[in-house]
Amino acid sequence: MMHFKAKVGHKFAESPLLQLRLPPWRSRLVGLLILASFGVLIGRAFYLQVLNNDFLQEKGESRYRRDIEISASRGRIADRHGDVLAISTPMKSVWAVPPVARLTSEQIGQLASALEMDARQVAQKLNTDKTFVFLRRQIPPALAERVAALKLPGIGQDKEYRRFYPTGEMTAHMVGFTGVDDKGLEGVELAFHGQLLGHPGSRSVIKDRRGQIVEDVGSIKLPEDGKEIRLALDSKIQYLAYSHLKQAISDHKATAGGVVVLDVRTGEILALANLPTYNPNNREALSGAQLRNRAVTDTFEPGSTLKPFTIALGLDSGKVRSDTIINCAPGRLTIGRATISDAHPHGALTVAQVIQKSSNVGSAKIAGMLPSQTMWQMFDDVGFGQLPQLGFPGEVTGRVRPWKSWRPIEQATMAYGHGISVSLIQLARAYSVFARDGDLVPLSLTRVDSALATGATVFSPKTAREVRAMLEMAVQPGGTAPKAQIPGYRVAGKTGTAHKLQGGRYANKYVSSFVGFAPVSDPRLIVAVMIDEPSAGQHYGGAVAAPVFAAVMSSSLRTIGVAPDAPLVVAQTPQTPKALLAAKARL
Amino acid sequence: MVRLNVFLLLALVLCSLGVVTSQHKARKLFQALEVEQERARQLEVEFGQLQLELSTWGAAPRIEKIAREKLKMSPPEAARVIAATPSGGRSQ
Repeated sequence: MMHFKAKVGHKFAESPLLQLRLPPWRSRLVGLLILASFGVLIGRAFYLQVLNNDFLQEKGESRYRRDIEISASRGRIADRHGDVLAISTPMKSVWAVPPVARLTSEQIGQLASALEMDARQVAQKLNTDKTFVFLRRQIPPALAERVAALKLPGIGQDKEYRRFYPTGEMTAHMVGFTGVDDKGLEGVELAFHGQLLGHPGSRSVIKDRRGQIVEDVGSIKLPEDGKEIRLALDSKIQYLAYSHLKQAISDHKATAGGVVVLDVRTGEILALANLPTYNPNNREALSGAQLRNRAVTDTFEPGSTLKPFTIALGLDSGKVRSDTIINCAPGRLTIGRATISDAHPHGALTVAQVIQKSSNVGSAKIAGMLPSQTMWQMFDDVGFGQLPQLGFPGEVTGRVRPWKSWRPIEQATMAYGHGISVSLIQLARAYSVFARDGDLVPLSLTRVDSALATGATVFSPKTAREVRAMLEMAVQPGGTAPKAQIPGYRVAGKTGTAHKLQGGRYANKYVSSFVGFAPVSDPRLIVAVMIDEPSAGQHYGGAVAAPVFAAVMSSSLRTIGVAPDAPLVVAQTPQTPKALLAAKARL
Repeated sequence: MVRLNVFLLLALVLCSLGVVTSQHKARKLFQALEVEQERARQLEVEFGQLQLELSTWGAAPRIEKIAREKLKMSPPEAARVIAATPSGGRSQ
């Protein structure tokens, strides 16, 4: 410093440098160069700030701006009354980063008790080379809060949605379930996946140093929660169907079974129960047999439940009338090399009695009068061999072979439901042609709010009414299924007992079925029951499936509040002689 | 001239303070909104959980079990059922 001071001894004006005479262009050149560099700087600044500012803006924003995802939940599935069948609720998953989570054994103990896990198990999970492990997934939020309160290093949590099915195994096949990432895997969860799925939204925010959101910047993309699906299902009727089916299966030591309840007026599926079933909330050790939605995905030879269709076609085409006499003696009929026989031989029967007594021979004889193409067309019209169009996973068409390849014996057996296969839901739907005035109702999984659904006409209203009367005879004394009767209501229906095919041969195993509707005066419900391999001695549809039908039908009619259309047994109303007289006077 | 400048300076300071307070207030309100929105989400979650609970408690099997076992109820026999119709407590 001192040295420097000493040097600045003379005045600036006396500087010898000023004495130098330099050419004037040199200073001008320097000035120009400096000016030019300023120009370049300004130009660059203009370029960065105005012309091409995206990059820097983005860099700047990334310092304070955060994009947050707003999660959307999967839609609820509810029954027709709004009772929840499936709902998503947020749960927490606790994870750890083992290299960071260096915990003392005491801390591990705390963590394990907060997670309600074994301490050794937690220690084992933490003792890996992996950089990320889940300690426990989908725990209740309350539990997760206790874990968070421990404030352990390297332990974090995520929000995950979990699907709950409060009705459990009862509605398992109908509702189905979801897999990881909320993907629908079965049932309605799969069929309506697109509508149930929510679309997460996002928003950009400015966060302060403490991680709190200070301001919204930019546009907010609102999350779209999945839509609620209102099924046609009535959980009370579903429960009735399920519990009566379960009872029957255990009573008859059957391997499986199914029940379908349809609303005649709207085509809504009010109940669809299958057994064996599973608990969708706990899907460990699931077997294919449990998973199968038999009523939709399994076909069986319907047996006698198909006879009314043959008869109806006979009536409709004018080949027979309900009082035409068909000779069914001696209970056997030989076509080609095969012989058809009745379970109980009958003599001459009217067409109505063919249904009432369920005569194979009678049905085969009527089928013999019909062209095979017409018969095939009728099967096609009532939905056999066609998808029920429910959108259900794995729904099947059943099997109706093309009419050109039918041999006479095949047409005869098809008349009483052999050599043809249908699913229970197809069968139930097909009966709507008799329950309604000859038209086939389209099915609906979801609630239908509009009034009458209309379907394609298959038979004339007159034929439908005639067959309805025959079907009513079948459940009355002298018919095959008096056990299907319900006090207070007029019931119509048909039994079916079919041998099961095993390896191309008919084995000594049976499928018992019953399809019917009530009340006959103004049909409201169709109930179809199928019981697979009953093996407790009885196997006739009238003994095995009909009681299930009666139980489900009577309680369902009561549930939906249908007025009785038949007199209850006379002795039941305690009446004074006076009241009786008054009643007589009114009549 | 000087007076005008001083006046403008004062006005400027006042305006700037106004901007600062309104910004502060906006942030406070925004945070309050955030809190309320979070609460709304929480309530929605709770609603879902309560619905789930409702369905679980109100499940038909449970009702039937309690009715049968605890309350000793049973469906009436057909003979004891009277349908109420417009013509008065008789079946049609």
